[in-house]
Order: sequence, then structure tokens, then C-alpha cells
Amino acid sequence: MDFGSINPVVLIASLMVAATPILLAAIGELVVEKAGVLNLGVEGMMIVGAVAGFAAAVTTGSPILGMLAAIIAGAAVSLIFALLTQVLMANQVASGLALTLFGLGFSALLGQSYVGIVPPRTEKLDFGPLSDLPVVGRILFGHDILVYVSLFVVAGVWYWLNYTRGGRVLRAVGENHDSAHALGYKVKRVRILAILFGGACAGLGGAYLSLVRVPQWTEGMTAGAGWIALALVVFASWKPWRVLAGAYLFGGIMVLQLNLQAAGYRIPVEYLAMSPYIITILVLVVMSSNRTRRTLAAPGSLGRSFHAAG
Amino acid sequence: MKRRELLATSAAALGLAATLGSKARAQTPLKVGFVYIGPPGDFGWTYAHDQARLAAQEHFGDAVETFYVDNVPEGPDAERIMTQMALSGANMIFATSFGYGPSLNAVAQRFPNIAFEHATGYLQEAPNVSLYNARFYEGRAVIGTIAGRMTQTNKIGYIASFPIPEVIMGINAAYIHAKKVNPDITLSVVWAYSWFDPAQEAAAAEALIEQGCDILMQHTDSTAPLSVAQQRGALAFGQASDMTQFAPDVHLTAIIDNWAPYYIKRIQEKLDGTWVADNVWSGIPEDEVTFAPFNDRIPAEVQDEANALIESIRDGSYHPFTGPLNRQDGSAWLAEGEVADDGTLLGMNFYVEGITGDIPN
Repeated sequence: MDFGSINPVVLIASLMVAATPILLAAIGELVVEKAGVLNLGVEGMMIVGAVAGFAAAVTTGSPILGMLAAIIAGAAVSLIFALLTQVLMANQVASGLALTLFGLGFSALLGQSYVGIVPPRTEKLDFGPLSDLPVVGRILFGHDILVYVSLFVVAGVWYWLNYTRGGRVLRAVGENHDSAHALGYKVKRVRILAILFGGACAGLGGAYLSLVRVPQWTEGMTAGAGWIALALVVFASWKPWRVLAGAYLFGGIMVLQLNLQAAGYRIPVEYLAMSPYIITILVLVVMSSNRTRRTLAAPGSLGRSFHAAG
Repeated sequence: MKRRELLATSAAALGLAATLGSKARAQTPLKVGFVYIGPPGDFGWTYAHDQARLAAQEHFGDAVETFYVDNVPEGPDAERIMTQMALSGANMIFATSFGYGPSLNAVAQRFPNIAFEHATGYLQEAPNVSLYNARFYEGRAVIGTIAGRMTQTNKIGYIASFPIPEVIMGINAAYIHAKKVNPDITLSVVWAYSWFDPAQEAAAAEALIEQGCDILMQHTDSTAPLSVAQQRGALAFGQASDMTQFAPDVHLTAIIDNWAPYYIKRIQEKLDGTWVADNVWSGIPEDEVTFAPFNDRIPAEVQDEANALIESIRDGSYHPFTGPLNRQDGSAWLAEGEVADDGTLLGMNFYVEGITGDIPN
């Protein structure tokens, strides 16, 4: 394929960067949903992670500490959701939406004194001569640490869900919580831990936006990335590697259409620009129908509250 | 959260107003509501409006009470928010985005005693709807001149939001004036299809720099393109407010939206009972369009040239859209010395000759 003046190597490298925030958030949400919990608060957890990571990085001068703070903040916010849905048995959809509204407002409040500050720079990892290799150097060895962390998390989640006892217990809880409970598994404990993991990943994804991708703090800066991450999980039919593919596809469409425009190609911009959102809506519509949900292999207990009976 | 709080307080205020009756109302300050499309912390469009709101609040003190609702999407939500504002006792409502037009007019018809002010709008279906706008294209002409002088690669990047006349006008003004001082320049336009999406705007800036653009302009509201420009060493212009702090080395200047004089004037008229609907389009002469201090990187002679241009627009001796100008397809638009009329500008849906690429539908 002829890209003309667009360098495909640069394009691939930048789509990986563009996709990393939604990839991190989506892989976290995948684990949550595999445990049978639907947390619509991804956007809220992301933006709290974005502001917490930014604040910590600016205060300490270390992007790594900022990312750790984002992980903790994301998990802490998700704990509210865990408390509401797992302990107080609140409706998951409503609680998740509330979490998003809360996160957007709370982050705006926290971030007031951080507007207009430039964060410490997140350096690219130094692979020595490997980074200078043609093509693969820029694509494989030219990124900051979080791009590799996100790939590692995807691989880790895939392995853990499929090949470890803990992962299988989590899936059992998500498929049929009554049976899992009857077998003696702690349904709520598993779910709370999954929710915390989801929050941590979303927080980290948010911090990637505020520390690397943009890099600055602005109110509402996630601008819907959390919703795309949610749709991505369904789009990927709850399979980790497909989440990776989906995230890179979404990231790719976005970066590609911008690059095509910049290079002066005549493309139907409006359709390309809206395509991730259209796919998102379609996927959410499909997900809302029970029959298609089954064919998509959604976890059996997804979104249902668990009441221990007897 | 802010919106919810507002709804709660408005509901309380409504109850209060009902119980206290008209006597108490006469002593209450004039309530002025603002509807924002983005967050006041965007350091762009909404920030500029909010600064003007604060300036008005300070100017009037206790006589006026201002409040705002931010992040209001264009469409049914806007109508709901404005209705809520009207019910909660607002005497005057400023709606600060193009797309609020239909909602604002619908609400205005139901509340004939409230003064409605719509920024950048065009619909006036009720006697209490006033329109105001700024001639940003005058500012674009100035930064276009600076860009034409400063570019080394002769490639200028432009991050645009939506293909509406306001934005197309800005692209044309910047291009005409860059071309005038540097016939070799080309302009690359990227449509972000958003007013505010930092990640998308940052990616657009990256893409333009990848394509060899060494100077960026934006008609989107976030400071993300400035951050990217600073990192990559490209030059850039701020949008709507002084964005120097985001890119101290490369921020050349910014077109600043200065709404405060207008807001203070109109609120005063409402206080005096002399407010009538109007349709105003102010610019550099009225100080509604101003500039951030020029960066020292701009050579003195270019600064002088830019200042001379500003002065010629201020005293009315020059209009940025003065013929001869052709449309992109080569057909004649303005004859030698002819000046574009406001109607054509406000409905502008074509590029001028020399710009490559199509305007999306």
C-alpha cells in the first residue's frame, strides 16, 4: 500500500502510543467483566488517574511515581464502586454512571491548581543500538515504559485467565456466581479484587494521557476514552488479545485519518473521525440485547448482583 | 457534579423566590447565567468567556450575581439547562457556543422578559435574542503574516475543528496573509471534528509536524497542540487566551478573545432597562480581539509588520478580505479593492484560491 509522504513506521509507532490509554483501561475492564461485574465508571476512574498521576509527577518530579499514584488513585475510586455494588448491592449500571460523573467533577476540583503546569518528561526507554535499527527500532524499541507495560499486562491477563487457578476461579464467578458460591469460592472477594484491578488499569491509562500523550492536565481531558475502552471489551468479545487488536485498530484509525489529512489526501474525514464512536454505539446496542450477548460469549453473570442464598 | 449542584441550588432558589414574592425580588441582584460548551479550565474558548464573566462580576459587585453551567452539549441538554436557568430566576443568559442557537431561541420564546445573548450565533427568532461575535479573522490575518515570515519549511499546519463558516473564514484569513508575505507557503489543514479533545489535538499536531510543518495554528480549544509543539520544537500560536505557559519557547503570540467590555456593557444596559436585542460583530477596533505579548523569537521587523497590520485594521484603513481574491476553483470572488461583506463572511463555505484540499461536507 502506498502511503505517499506518510512514513508507515512512524504511523505504527504513533498508533501504539495513541492506543495505549484505551488499551490499559480496556484490559482492566475485561477482567472486571470476566468476574461478572459491569463497571461503567471507566471514564471517571481514568480521569481521576490522570489528575492524580499528574499531580504526583509534578510534586515529586518523577513520572514513575506519578504512574504509581495513578494506579492507587484509580483503584481507590473503584473501591467506591465495589462498596456500592458488592456490599450495598446497588445497581451496577447506575453506580458506574455515577462513578463517571463523580470522577469528572472530582478530578476538576483536584486539578484546579495543576492547570497550566508542564509535567516532568517521561523518557523513552533506552535500548541502546536496538532503537537505531531500521523499521523495528522505531516500532519495537522506541517507546516509553508504559507502552511495554500495557503489552505485558495484556499478555499477563491472557495467561492468568486461561492457565492459572485464580484466573479460572474468576471466570467461574463471572459465568455463574451461584455455582461458584456453592463450590465455596468467595464471589464477593473475587469481584472486589477484580474491580480494584480494573480501577488501577484505568487510572494508569488516564495517567498516560496526562503525562505522556498530551502531556498536561486539562479538565475533561479523557474526552470519552473511557467509553471507547468499555466498547472495546465487547468488541473484543472478552478476549485479551482481541482487546489489543481492537485498541490498535481504534488508535490506528484515529492516527491514520489525521495523518492522511495532514498529508493532503482526499478522504471522507467526517466518517473516519466518527467511526470509533459509531462502532462503540453499535457494540453497545448489540450488547444490550440478551440473545446476541450469549452468542458473543459474554460472561453469564455479567451485571447481575450476587446475593448469597443459604 | 457542578451541574448537579447547580440544579439543586436553582431548585432551592426557585422555592425561595416563590415564597418571598415580588417585593423581595426587587432587591435581589440581577442574575446572569452563562452556558459553556467546555470547562472554564480549558485555557481556550470557555476560559476566555469565564474570565469575562469574572471581570463583569467584579465590575458590578453586589448588583449582579453571575453563575455558569459548564460542559453543556449542544442540543436538547442545552435547552434543558437554559430552561432551568430561566426558571431559577436568571434575568439574562449568555450562551457561548454556535450550536446552542435553536435551543436558545426556543427557550427565549417562552421567557420574553429574559435577555438572551448568543455568541457566534445566527438565529434571531424572538425579540429578546441578541447575537454577538468577534472578528477573529482579523486576528488570524495577523498570525498568518507572522507565520508566513517565520516558517523555514514553508509548510504551515492548521488544526481545525468543524467545517463551519467561522473556522473556514479563519483558515482563509491566515492563508491569504501568510501567502502575501511568503508566496512559497502551503497550508495543511487537519479537521479534528471536536472543539475540545486534547488527545486528538495532540495527535493532529504530531501528524502535521511529521509532514514537515514547522509552525502550527489551531482553531480548537485545548492547549495540547502547544505542548506537542514545545516538545517537538515547532512554533505555534495560542488560541483564545495567552497560552505562553504551556509552550514558553515556541508560543509566538495568541489571539485573545476579550469579551469583558461587551459583557459589562450589556449587563449595564440590562440593569438600566435599556437593553435591546442587537447583532454585533466586533474585532480589533473594539479591543474584542487582542493579542498575547509577542515572543522575542519574532524578529523586530516582523513584529513591526504585524503591529502595522493591527493598526491598519484598527483604524479601518484595511480589511483582511480585500480583493483581488478568487475562490479555490479559480472563479472570481472579490474584485480589486473590493471588500467582503459580512453576510458572505458569515456564510463562508469555500476556500480561497491556493489552498489545497477539500472542505468536508
